Parts: sequence; C-alpha cells; structure tokens
Amino acid sequence: MENSIKGEQIIQDLLPRKFKTSGRIWVGILVAICLVGVYAYYRQLRYGLVVTNMRDYVSWGIYISNFVFFVAISLVGSLITAVFRLAGVKWGAPLTRIAEMIAVGAIIFASVIIIVDMGSPERFYNLFLYGRIQSPIIWDVIVITTYFFISLLLLYYPLLPDIKILLRFKEKSGPGLHKFYSFLGSFWKGSHKQYLLSKKAINALCVAIIPVAFTIHTVTSWLFATTYRPGWDSTNFGAYFIAGAFLVGAGSVVVAMYIFRTWYHLEKYITPDHFDKMGRVLVLLCLLYLYFNVNEFLTPFFKMKESEAGYLNDLFSGSFALTFWFAILTGIILPIIILLFKSGRKPLPMFIVGIMVVVGAWFKRYLIVTPTLLHPFMPMHDVPQMYKHYFPSWEEWAISMASLAGTMLIITILCRIFPIIPIQETLDEHHETVK
Amino acid sequence: MEPENNSRRDFLLAGLVAAGLTTGCNPKKDPFEAGADGVQASGKKVKLLSVDGDVIEVDEAFLKPVPHLPDVSNAEARIGIPGKKFVMVIDLSRCKNLKKCQSACNFAHDLNPGHNWIKVNPMKGAEHTAPYWEPTTCMHCDEPPCVKVCPVDATFKRQDGIVLIDSDRCIGCRFCMAACPYSTRVFNWGEPDLPAAVANQPYSAETSIPQKKGTVGKCDFCADMTRMGMLPHCVSACPNGTFFYGDLNEDSVTNGADTFRFSDLIKDKAGYRLMEDLGTKPSVYYLPPAGRNFPFESGLENDKTQNS
Repeated sequence: MENSIKGEQIIQDLLPRKFKTSGRIWVGILVAICLVGVYAYYRQLRYGLVVTNMRDYVSWGIYISNFVFFVAISLVGSLITAVFRLAGVKWGAPLTRIAEMIAVGAIIFASVIIIVDMGSPERFYNLFLYGRIQSPIIWDVIVITTYFFISLLLLYYPLLPDIKILLRFKEKSGPGLHKFYSFLGSFWKGSHKQYLLSKKAINALCVAIIPVAFTIHTVTSWLFATTYRPGWDSTNFGAYFIAGAFLVGAGSVVVAMYIFRTWYHLEKYITPDHFDKMGRVLVLLCLLYLYFNVNEFLTPFFKMKESEAGYLNDLFSGSFALTFWFAILTGIILPIIILLFKSGRKPLPMFIVGIMVVVGAWFKRYLIVTPTLLHPFMPMHDVPQMYKHYFPSWEEWAISMASLAGTMLIITILCRIFPIIPIQETLDEHHETVK
Repeated sequence: MEPENNSRRDFLLAGLVAAGLTTGCNPKKDPFEAGADGVQASGKKVKLLSVDGDVIEVDEAFLKPVPHLPDVSNAEARIGIPGKKFVMVIDLSRCKNLKKCQSACNFAHDLNPGHNWIKVNPMKGAEHTAPYWEPTTCMHCDEPPCVKVCPVDATFKRQDGIVLIDSDRCIGCRFCMAACPYSTRVFNWGEPDLPAAVANQPYSAETSIPQKKGTVGKCDFCADMTRMGMLPHCVSACPNGTFFYGDLNEDSVTNGADTFRFSDLIKDKAGYRLMEDLGTKPSVYYLPPAGRNFPFESGLENDKTQNS
C-alpha cells in the first residue's frame, strides 16, 4: 500500500509541468533571440554572405565553429544512453532523457547552421541531384541524417511507457497535449510482448548509434583533415574531435542536470551521487581530451615546420594566444584540478565546471576553424585589407546566438511536453529496491 | 556579254557568302535568292576571298556579323577539347609586377574590384635569398583537391586539363576554397556589380561569365579563348612576355612573341611547379627568377595600390 502511494508521489513529481512566469520569460527571451537571428538571416539571404565578415581567406567562420560545436554536443546522446546502457551502468538511467533531448536539439541546429553557411542555400537540392560520394560533405549529410533519426528513435521508444502514464492525466495535460500523446503512443499497451520488442529495439539502436556517432564527428573532423592546411592536416583529428565531443556533451548534460534539478526540485531523483559519478566521467574525458591536445600540438611545436610555424606561434603567443590558453585552461586543465577533489564533484561546483567545459569547448571550436585559415601557404596579397583579419559581424553573432537559443528552445519545449526523468524506469527501480 | 557575265557571277557569289554568313546551313532557305530578307544593295563593295581562292567583291549590305563559333553548352564545356593538354609557363625573371595580367583578366571576366583571379605575390624564400614577384593563376592541377571535395560536381576537371566551375550548380559551401593550397579561389560574397547586359546572359563555364552571388570563381585558363585557338588574356596582356601558354601534347608554348618547345624551355631554365610535395600535379610551371630583366624593387611602387 505504502509502495503504491510512493509510486503516485514519483509520478506527480516527474510529470511535465506548465511554465510558470519565469519559464515564460525564459521562453520569451529565447524566442526573441531567435527572431533577431531570423532577421539577420533574412539580411544574409537578401545581400549574400557579404553581410558576414568572412572573406576569401577566412572563408569559414563561426557558423562552421558552431556546426562543429553542435555536432560535438549531440554525441552525448550516444554516450549516456548507449555506452552507459551497453556497459551496464545503472546510475545513468535518470540522465538518459536529458542526454537524448540535448542530442536531438543539437543535431537539428547542426543541420540548420550548415545550411545557413551555404552561399546558395536555394540550391540545397543539388546535393541530392548531383551528390558526389567522394566528397566528405556528402558523407556528413548521410551520417548526420542517420544520426538524427536514430537519436529521435532513442528519445521516442523509451518514452512510450511514460506516454501511457501521461495519458492517465488528461485534465493535467490539457486536451491538445493529450491528443498529441495519444497520437504518439496510444498503441502502447505495456504488454510483455511489447515490452520485449521495445527492449530489443532500444538495444539494437544503442548498438547502431555508437558507430554512427563516431562517424559523424570523425567525418566532421575530416572536413578539415582532408585539406592540406597547417593545423588541419592531422591524422589525429578524428580521435581528437571525438574526445572533445564526449567532453563537451558530458559537460552540457551536467549543466542541464543542475538546472532541471533546481528548477523542478528534482533533488530526490538527480542526487549528489549522480553529480559525483558524472564528475568522475567528466574528469576521465578531460584527461582523454588533454591527451589528444598534447598529441595535436606538441609534435608540430617540437618540429616547427616552416608552413606550420606561423599558425602555431599565433596560437601559443600571438593574436590567438589569449583565446587559446583560455580554452585550454578553462575547458580542460581547471576542470581536471577541480574534479579531482570530492568537494569539486558536488552539484554547484559541478555546474560551474560544466559551464567552463562548454564555454571552453566553444572557443576551442573557434580556434580549430579560424587561425588555420589566416595562415595559408601563399601570402595574403592583392586582396582588400579586411580579408586579412576576421571578427564576426553582428549578423554572424546574431545567427550563431539564435542557433544556440534555438537548441535550448527545443530542449525547453521537449521538457515541457515530456518527463525529464523517465517515470516508468524510476518506478521499476523503486519497486526493485523495495522488494 | 562578258561584263554582264562577271557581274552575274559576282552576284551569285555574293549571295552565297551572304547566305552562308547569315543563315548558316538552313536548308529551307535558297542561298541564291538574294534580297529574300529584304536586303538592298548599298553599292559599297567589300573585297573577300572566295571558296575557290579568288578575290571577289561583295556588296556590304549582304554581309552580317556572326559569332566565330557556336556557343558552347555547359555540357560540352565539361568535356573539353579532345587531344589537348594545356599548360602554362610563367617566367619569373620577366615579371616586374606591372599587374597588366591582372587588370586584363579582371576586365575580360567582368570581375569586381578585389576579386583578383591573378595575384602577383612578393616572394622571399628565406632571410638571405632574393625576393621576386610571383604571379599566380589557378594551377589547373591534374590531381585537383578542389574537385575532390566538391559535393555537387560543380567544379570539374576536363580532358584537356582545365579545371572549371559551373556557377549554375555551385551551392557555395566553400569546401574547395579550404581545400585549395594555392588560395586561388575567390568567392562572390555579395551580388557582383555587373552591367545588366552581362548579368542577364546565361552562365558559361568557359567564359566564367557572369559571376553570381554565393558561388565560387577562379582563373579558367580562358577556356573560351583557348577553344578559338587564341591566347589567354593574361598572356597577351603582359608586355614583358612573362606568361607562356600552349599544349603539352604539341610540346610548344608561346607568349605571343616567342614560341618555345615546352620540354626544352623547362629543361634549359630548370622549370618547376609550386608545392610539388603535395602531389597536386599543377599544369602551371615556373621558371626561376635567374638572370632577371628587372630589379625586384621596380615592382614595389605598383604594389601599393592594393596592398597598403
């Protein structure tokens, strides 16, 4: 008896809730940022990419940095859901939905931002009419589409038992959402047969998503590594990108955990123990990423080849030094130091570390794209002066910020509609512990 | 009778030439029916060479200008000219950064300011080596990195070695620009400022005209001139004869004034290509700036207009 009361309590705690004033303000701010971005994009469509500050040398700017950033973050879905699940990590269960929501939001805006970067987006269909399989861009189109659908399914299948619960609370969700829930999951009866089928499907998707996740970010790194340019011409790039991606993804999950926990008072479900364990995961990923960074920079630095010297000096002690050392310190070194202490893995310090990791990672992506382009093999000559520098224009900032806001908006809407923490799994776990 | 006969013969020939010039091979039109399209003889005669090799006089009114060759479709432009392999040789000892090549190229391709397909770079290998001017065009590589990465086959390599761009297909992803180690590609960031007559004409991959917003442009080895058997604009514009152009299969290159056997020129002057170590196999060869015609400093003044 007590058991079922406890069960009802869990359901009540975890049901999605309507936005309060603060929630509405949050959504309002995000929508406003998105609208500014839409206006900036309208200008870009009308006048062309000339509204950006990209020019012939820095022909890829923060759009591409953002693209890499989004693809990186989206990898967390596969880490928390698939890797943890296949490795039998039980404690990760409450975090799976947060991770999948972030993954879906990020991969959608990775696709959006890459279209924004195109000079002639109205010819997007040419990719399907004339696509050449030799081009790494086509590989990217294929794997990102695949990854998007697998992520969507990995969000959807584990939702089905929860939708059955949600359908019981018609008056709470309102007629519109209720209709949406029954459209999504009214076929789910929760029978043993369905349960087995779903488990099988989720397992299959978990196995499938890992190679696809590795592929999307490896291929993204190859957009750079298949060129000859100093700083990109590296065999280390795939692994370096994957390590960085898991790190920023895990960092973003930590940030989201803390925000959801405080905002929705989920202290009983996302516990300090979860933060402690995520902290251990994060420190491992930081160390891994540090290792790949050492690989990426130390050997070229040791040799100082003529073609790479300008680029490396610019990073280590030149015009990008401040950003570079900020990204390394904030994104990797300081988190390692903080997370090695037990008190560093408490919720609030973890939240701060998560933010440091994510912000550091964003600047790291900027540093991967821009400095290389400012150090071509041939001298920058016979071009207008402004071609020799790069700082994003307001349109670029507005569009990039809008893409970040858009990702957060998707995550916000998803957590308004669906339970942030899987209800059925929490109930099952609760019953098991009681037994 | 004799003069009458002559005039009749002339008249027939004139009709033949005029019809040939105006109607081409249209079988429906009788070429001997002069004046059929309402053309009246003006009385002004022009001397022409007949098909038999005789000099003939034709009334000016029967002559109409026609293009040298029919327009090349973009599908044909993709194939190239069979049996040819175009190469360029740039003699660095002759360059004094006059930038005539650049301005001729910009003019011929209706390029906007700042969109230089030819760049003339001041080069200096090391502290104690001598500086020199190095004009760069597209290298028209035999292993073109740009073509490899293009996702939509908008930039392509032809059988005659020329690398061109189909601006009607380019999606503006700029991967080719990142891939090109010679930084030869130029992007149309905004709407190019072109006269309406140029902007409205259909795009031709061989002339690269008109350039379009959101697409990539670059040196096209003047594929249209090449097809007519003429030299690229940069070659004929250079007063110092820096650029040589020709066909590798014929083993001959010319700068308009002098013609050399390509293999001899490369052998005698120790020709080389840029960044050979990358394996791109360029079609542009350079002759080292040895025994140069001008001091490096003579080009400095001209460099200030764009690079100060």
